[in-house]
Amino acid sequence: MPAVSMTVNGKAVRAEVDSRTLLVQFLRETLRLTGTHVGCDTSQCGACVVHVDGVAVKSCAMLAVQAEGAEVLTIEGVATGEALHPMQEAFRQNHGLQCGYCTPGMIMTALDIVRRKGHELDDQTIREELEGNLCRCTGYHNIVKSIAAGARAMASGDPALKAAE
Amino acid sequence: MYEFTYHRASGLRQATNLLGKHEEAKLIAGGQSLLPMMKFRLASPSDLVDLNKIEGLNGIELTSRALVIGALARHAEVHVSPEVQQGIPALAALAGLIGDPAVRHRGTLGGSLANNDPTADYPAAALALGATIVTTKRKIPADEFFAGLFETVLEADEIITKVSFPLPKKAAYQKFRNPASRYAIVGVFVAKRPSEVRVAVTGAGASGAFRVPEFEAALQKRFSPKALDGLSVPAEGLASDIHASAEYRAHLVGVMARRAVAAANG
Amino acid sequence: MSVTGIGAPVRRKEDFRFITGAGRYTADIGLPGQVHLHFLRSTHAHARITRIQAGHASRMPGVLAILTGADIAADKLGPLVCGWMIHSTDGSPMKMAPHPTLPIDTVRYVGEPVVAVIAERPDQARDAAEAVVIDYEELPAVVDPATAQRDGAPQIHEIAPRNAIFHWQLGDAAAVDAAFKQAASVTSLDIVNNRLVPNAIEPRAAIAEYDPGTESYTLWNTSQNPHVARLVLSAFVGVAPEHRLRVVAPDVGGGFGSKIFIYAEEVVTLVAARRVHRPVRWIADRSEAFVADAHGRDHVTKAEMALDRDGKILGLRVKTIANLGAYMSTFSSSIPTYLYATLLSGQYAIPAIHCAVDAVYTNTVPVDAYRGAGRPEATYVVERLMEVSARRLGIDPAELRRRNFITSFPHQTPVIMSYDCGNYAASLDKALALADYAGFGARKRESEARGKLRGIGLSAYIEACGIAPSQAVGSLGAGVGLWESAEVRVNPTGSVEVLTGSHSHGQGHETTFAQLVSGRLGIPIESISIVHGDTDKVQFGMGTYGSRSGAVGMSAIVKALDKVEAKAKKVAAHLLEAAETDIVFENGKFTVAGTDKSATFGEVALNAYLAHKFVGADLEPGLKEGAFYDPVNFTFPAGCHVCEVEIDPETGRVTVARFTAVDDFGVVINPMIVEGQVHGGIAQGIGQALMEQVVYDEGGQLVTGSYNDYVMPRAADFPLLAVDTTVTPCPGNPLGIKGCGEAGAIAAPAAVMNAVTDALGTEDVPMPANQLTVWTVLQRAARQQAAE
Ligand SMILES: Cc1cc2nc3c(=O)[nH]c(=O)nc-3n(C[C@H](O)[C@H](O)[C@H](O)COP(=O)(O)OP(=O)(O)OC[C@H]3O[C@@H](n4cnc5c(N)ncnc54)[C@H](O)[C@@H]3O)c2cc1C
Ligand code: FES
Ligand code: FES
Repeated sequence: MPAVSMTVNGKAVRAEVDSRTLLVQFLRETLRLTGTHVGCDTSQCGACVVHVDGVAVKSCAMLAVQAEGAEVLTIEGVATGEALHPMQEAFRQNHGLQCGYCTPGMIMTALDIVRRKGHELDDQTIREELEGNLCRCTGYHNIVKSIAAGARAMASGDPALKAAE
Repeated sequence: MYEFTYHRASGLRQATNLLGKHEEAKLIAGGQSLLPMMKFRLASPSDLVDLNKIEGLNGIELTSRALVIGALARHAEVHVSPEVQQGIPALAALAGLIGDPAVRHRGTLGGSLANNDPTADYPAAALALGATIVTTKRKIPADEFFAGLFETVLEADEIITKVSFPLPKKAAYQKFRNPASRYAIVGVFVAKRPSEVRVAVTGAGASGAFRVPEFEAALQKRFSPKALDGLSVPAEGLASDIHASAEYRAHLVGVMARRAVAAANG
Repeated sequence: MSVTGIGAPVRRKEDFRFITGAGRYTADIGLPGQVHLHFLRSTHAHARITRIQAGHASRMPGVLAILTGADIAADKLGPLVCGWMIHSTDGSPMKMAPHPTLPIDTVRYVGEPVVAVIAERPDQARDAAEAVVIDYEELPAVVDPATAQRDGAPQIHEIAPRNAIFHWQLGDAAAVDAAFKQAASVTSLDIVNNRLVPNAIEPRAAIAEYDPGTESYTLWNTSQNPHVARLVLSAFVGVAPEHRLRVVAPDVGGGFGSKIFIYAEEVVTLVAARRVHRPVRWIADRSEAFVADAHGRDHVTKAEMALDRDGKILGLRVKTIANLGAYMSTFSSSIPTYLYATLLSGQYAIPAIHCAVDAVYTNTVPVDAYRGAGRPEATYVVERLMEVSARRLGIDPAELRRRNFITSFPHQTPVIMSYDCGNYAASLDKALALADYAGFGARKRESEARGKLRGIGLSAYIEACGIAPSQAVGSLGAGVGLWESAEVRVNPTGSVEVLTGSHSHGQGHETTFAQLVSGRLGIPIESISIVHGDTDKVQFGMGTYGSRSGAVGMSAIVKALDKVEAKAKKVAAHLLEAAETDIVFENGKFTVAGTDKSATFGEVALNAYLAHKFVGADLEPGLKEGAFYDPVNFTFPAGCHVCEVEIDPETGRVTVARFTAVDDFGVVINPMIVEGQVHGGIAQGIGQALMEQVVYDEGGQLVTGSYNDYVMPRAADFPLLAVDTTVTPCPGNPLGIKGCGEAGAIAAPAAVMNAVTDALGTEDVPMPANQLTVWTVLQRAARQQAAE
């Protein structure tokens, strides 16, 4: 079995894996980081989105061995210590989640949207950017609100206040 | 997935050798088409040869006559590249319509062309722009590259290294999405080139992307949506499924072509 | 209203774990030594199994066991059952065919599990499953419910000639016939309510563990009602006695009905755990979920409405064929009957209603409750008829509804239900104002100037929630009462645990239930935890569906809180040296009336456990009370939704331009959560109207078997939703709650289709009105015009 090493949420990890192990399986089963979810088998739902070398990818459409040497960020690594990330706080303040299953992927996607599109996000932009993230609970309404608020809060650096609008 | 052996190629020669050595070996680039197929056990390579660590395959270069894009350029890179936006803005826009942001961060130009999914976007651009696909063995004009559903003329140990798109005078792409898969039900790429007009259609053909000579001739005379009035493609031979009948696709080819011409004219 | 009490938009307590990735869903549970189960499923819609060869597969790497129907039969496990008895008009009981966990001789739908392979690793189980050879002898299949009823159609079960499960009816046929005779006009419609796949984003999963020492099982699974699952698995399937089977439903990623039912996969996973003496895990793939989860809807209906000259409804006649699939799922029989026909009066005073329902078997995935369950189908019938009638009579659709509204309560409908309260004009008026109904004409002209078609449609729905008064449903055939239980445990330090039989899978019970307790006991919300979803912790419960957690589940908590307060007063009386009758409890304080002597809730809680100080008092130590609450009636949420669509006539693409919802849910515990429920329901309703649809080919293959073909609504498919409420408190329960979980899914399809048909100028538009459908309708119209 090939060995793979990478950095996950700032920690160096190394393991031997069956080459057919997907990155998502590696995260969930080998590292027991179960915040990254699996919602489909066609790489369409986005529940598995993580960041690899700073960009959002679907961890169900990448082999673990392909992440050799990469920096991986999962939902577990988003908050710093006890403090929630402004985007996480925004989801809470704006009721951007119900069952929570799509939420990690939504938040990881949201952070990537902000990276690419900045802090002032209009509704339509957010909705189009969520092309690859399915939610069955919220009707997306409050997810869109959460992302807009979270993006603004990230600019101000004041999580609690800004996220609440 | 079935079991396979994974190889991380460090150079094109090594990759070529690995392909030659293992009969059932396959290249993997972005993996956005191959891995989903392997998960469904629809593809069963004995070996995977990973191109991602090979240097120099993802460059984007704009010359006075052509835009040259490396095979490993991600859809997201093509979408935001200043060179592409300057050289062929329609191509940058097309790349931004492929799948979703996460898919675009992984998926590559070379992978998309090699895969030749009949509903993929890039094949329409390659045909309409008269692109040349450069491989480890030769240069293949787009018109000769695609060979039916999920088939190309690539040999088993041949690797796409880059694609050269001659600069058009005007171009635009219009995509009508499949509401489920988000690939094209019909996508039409229109390019007004110095010497000719080309119209290429993806999504509609039962055996892959195709050009529409009638539309091209009409637009050659007058590059305006009006020039297409009264023209249509026959429904016979077009794909038909629950999302679109052949008739509907034929109709959409006309609609999208007109809209593309209008968009190209700005 | 306090900051955390009833009516406050309290941020959810459960969110922290979900936004940090610390939620614990079934698939997240990793047990030491766990192994993996993979199902080999039928590739045929209908076939005889002539031979299963698993010898080679069983010797493949990692394989621990291979189970077939014969193994399940050898274990003497009973069939899966449908728990609601329906009798046909002639008095005969419904034809419930045996539903084996794994079939022995015949498969009846594509995707039916046939063989289970258990192996060390998931891929090994899959590899081995591929090596199992099943020989089938194909039989003719039928997927269309109308065809299934015909003479000569392939018969799916021996006990059901012409695939008929029941011929059922409700209402007075003679009265309806008489009403139609007097009618000034009759509106009739042929309606297909499209089959849907619930598609909770968390696929179903199960992990089973067997402890040979105590001969007991633990099952973690994605259930909306773990206690009912345990009851059925124990009493009917016979996996284990109830006291030796623990069912845990941890965090569950959405349900929408599909996680209510007791399925084969859980049974087989339990059996496998005992056989291999290792924890066994099964996680559905998404494509597997398309055939493993019960589908929803699938009605074919002919509906007629009789009206008088003034547009008053005289009668309603409905005939429905309900496709229940290849087997009867857990609650399947109740959906097209008592959850459907009983709502056909809508918000209107209709003197006579008759509904006949034929339920049939087909070679398709079983059909059961999906968000709304029967009520969306009823609303679709009534609200399409209203809109079409209004258009035919040249009366404004809002006005026609207004003329027929029920205005005095209680109101007994001709179809069982007795509406307790409501104000339908109020929600209609508010919705019309919010939607700027009056400004539609201008918007339509603006659309037309851009070459687009625009339409508007209403849906004034009613639903019956708070399921359900036990005796009422019992008399209608339900196999269990539908009460709820609660237990309130007050700890010596004053913190409180509430054990509830409801189950949260997105609804936010950990917050709303805590709001109730916080307001009532005057303690901070942080000091309260809501415990649910574990049969070892909560004694019994009926679970969450049919918008019952508020009206029924919370009412049970109120009852338990009443008892806690009564007991606490005794303790306080002793502590404050006063008579129990003099103790007043307010704002978290026990006071002796007319004095300034008082004790906080925390002090009283502590003293309840200090029995050594109970000298001279007749007091039992402790502070813990339980209650069962059985509702006296259904609740009747109602409201009005308004949809506006714009259509691109060149492509047939429909865009929802505006959507407005005004709902009356009675008293609202947490408006933020309620709005969220409405948004989600609307999205599913719009999904049904414009996108979602299960397609089978004639041979019974599922064409829409993955996200590549089944259209899931995405963020860009919706406009900003305008959501508001009106309030008439429900008189039937202590909190005045009606329930909000299903409104959107119930109301939206009719509103959207009324808007689409308005835009297109024809009523003959099937659901879903996707781009191909709309384009086809436009083509037909163009051809007709050309011919004229
Ligand atoms: C959810 C989702 C949505 C998508 N939507 C769209 C869409 O709307 N439109 C669209 O066009 N595509 C879509 N795609 C496909 C996506 O664009 C893929 O990235 C692309 O088709 C394949 O590129 P890849 O780099 O991922 O190739 P891979 O998956 O790695 O490989 C595909 C094939 O190409 C071969 N190959 C790869 N690179 C080379 C090379 N350099 N030389 C020779 N052969 C090579 C491989 O051996 C393999 O056979 C979608 C994918 C997903 C998962
Ligand atoms: S699990 Fe990766 S996209 Fe659905
Ligand atoms: S919150 Fe349940 S799927 Fe999004």
